[in-house]
Amino acid sequence: MRLIEMTGRIARWLDQRIQLGKPIQETLDHPVPRRSASWFYVFGSAALTVFILQLFTGILLATVYVPSAAQAWDSLQALDHQVTLGWFLRALHGWGSNFMVGIVLVHMAQVFLFGAFKFPRELTWIAGVFLLLMTLGMAFSGQVLRFDQDAYWGLGIGGAIMSRVPVLGPWLVTFLLGGPIIGGSTLSRFFALHVFVIPGTLIALVGLHLLLVLKLGVNEWPMPGRVVRRATYLQEYHKLTHEEGVPFVPYAVWKDAVFSGLVLLSIIACAVYFGPYGPNGQPDPSIIQTVPRPDFFFLWLYAVLSLLPPSLETPVMLIGPAIAILVLLALPFVSGEGEKSWKRRPFAVLTVLLAAVAFGVLTQQARNAPWSPKMQAWSSDATPAKFLKGRTALERQGALVLQAKQCRNCHSLDGIGGSRGPALDAVAVRLTSDQLIRQAIQGGGNMPAYGKNLRPAETTALVAFLETLHPPGQAPARDSSRAVVDAGANQSSSRRP
Amino acid sequence: MTLRGDISRRGMFFKLALLFDGIVALIVALPIAGYLLSPLIRRSGCASWLSLGSLDQFPVGQTRLASYRNPDVNPWAGETADIPCWVRRVDDGNFQVFAINCAHLWCPVRWFPQSGLFMCPCHGGVYYEDGSRASGPPPHGLFQYSYKIEGGNLLIKAGEVPIPTRAANATTRKSRCA
Repeated sequence: MRLIEMTGRIARWLDQRIQLGKPIQETLDHPVPRRSASWFYVFGSAALTVFILQLFTGILLATVYVPSAAQAWDSLQALDHQVTLGWFLRALHGWGSNFMVGIVLVHMAQVFLFGAFKFPRELTWIAGVFLLLMTLGMAFSGQVLRFDQDAYWGLGIGGAIMSRVPVLGPWLVTFLLGGPIIGGSTLSRFFALHVFVIPGTLIALVGLHLLLVLKLGVNEWPMPGRVVRRATYLQEYHKLTHEEGVPFVPYAVWKDAVFSGLVLLSIIACAVYFGPYGPNGQPDPSIIQTVPRPDFFFLWLYAVLSLLPPSLETPVMLIGPAIAILVLLALPFVSGEGEKSWKRRPFAVLTVLLAAVAFGVLTQQARNAPWSPKMQAWSSDATPAKFLKGRTALERQGALVLQAKQCRNCHSLDGIGGSRGPALDAVAVRLTSDQLIRQAIQGGGNMPAYGKNLRPAETTALVAFLETLHPPGQAPARDSSRAVVDAGANQSSSRRP
Repeated sequence: MTLRGDISRRGMFFKLALLFDGIVALIVALPIAGYLLSPLIRRSGCASWLSLGSLDQFPVGQTRLASYRNPDVNPWAGETADIPCWVRRVDDGNFQVFAINCAHLWCPVRWFPQSGLFMCPCHGGVYYEDGSRASGPPPHGLFQYSYKIEGGNLLIKAGEVPIPTRAANATTRKSRCA
């Protein structure tokens, strides 16, 4: 009893001086539209929760991590294997990052579909767009701080993209890397970005974002036909909140709390089950036996950069992001009034679906990376026995040529091998022997010309083998004109004495 | 007391104070900008002649991996300063020294002597033995270092990341550091 009295007295003493008690109480009690106390409105608070988790785990990791190019990798190893529960903190931070990007994207899609960016919440949306950019910036710079091979070559990709900026390219690269090459200053630079610059901006933007949510109120549940007009909206919203609304605490907040708790539990579960991300190989550029891959949320970009035609690449890389950001920023001004409900906004729904499908497909493609040669296929993938059985010595020699000349790095047999080029299982059905010779010697259609590197005997053997590659019941392609020419040649030779 | 029109004495002091602080801010900002941009301003040792070792290491007609220690690094650069490159000895006195980086997005290319091709593991760029583009997304051939032979050693001019304008088939631009 004395304790409660004591606490109360201390609280009163503090509030006399700080005078924040009343605004805090008002914040807790601020009315929200009854139907907005919904499970659809929990993503913003969940993103904030994960951000706070990232701040705490990040600070804890910084107590061990060494932001030096020579020692970062070792300090990550120490975190994973020596520091008590260091692996768990790294795993929490890594999975927290994935969850944060994911939740921010879902939050954005929900806000978009529910028309919450419309008048008077334009600035809230704009702050949100910058929050998304900062979150992605954190994800990329975080991948760099996990200073391993992926980080090193990922920086290279960043530099390569920068270097394509007209005129300023070389300067931008040097500025980004903090010197003429990826080295000691590069990591220090990204450490400053990841630990001070971007989080500081994030905190400021989160503050602005939250302040705007409080000042302008939580978006009402969109009803088809309830149209936003600048002239009347504020009055209508006031009615929704003050006459029919409910206080934020406890009517809405408990759902936020439950969802945030579930998200934290999921992050913990992933951290325990999957463990921390890497680090993979040491950031030593002279180890070239590496296949760099970006983290999950940048895989789609990796796919885009592989699939774009070379001529479009530079414009898309440089102008694409600027256009995307401008479109997002312009959205609340172009479409600041009108219907909020997604049921009356088919283009909004299609846009979200298209973005989701594109993201999913590109990510899936990037996981398989069919455009990358399989660097070890030629030496480690077996030639399936069925393609060798009953073949002549010449044909088997051809199978060896196919293997030795790295053809398998791009071409698969029986589903094994690279998929950069077409599978060769039935190549004889598609190409005649002349066409096979031409393709091997001259290349074309995205295949290098092998002319200089195939001796005539090797070409003969290779084509002999390729000609056997057709399904049992299906005849290989043949050149009908060849038959006529051969027949003519036979006739003329038989006529000759 | 008003001096002239509607400018009050206090108002003018306030404006003068702002002007004063503006000048102070500029004085603070200039060195900060200089510090931030120092990687761009610093000129020492950007690109210099570095030895890849004796010529004997590079048999005629073959392409071998070599590496050099980048000169322009701080002591804490660690292994990031060990930069590899591909050396092709065309004949006795003629070489081609290729950057390890794919001309597309700088991933490390690998040499396959059997097929005479460089292949990139990232987006599938392929190059011929002379560094010219064979297939895939690279916009041009592999980057080439300029080289010279001195005292039986192969020297290359290196020290910067390869920028497209310094590519094999492109005309060599005057380097910032030259």
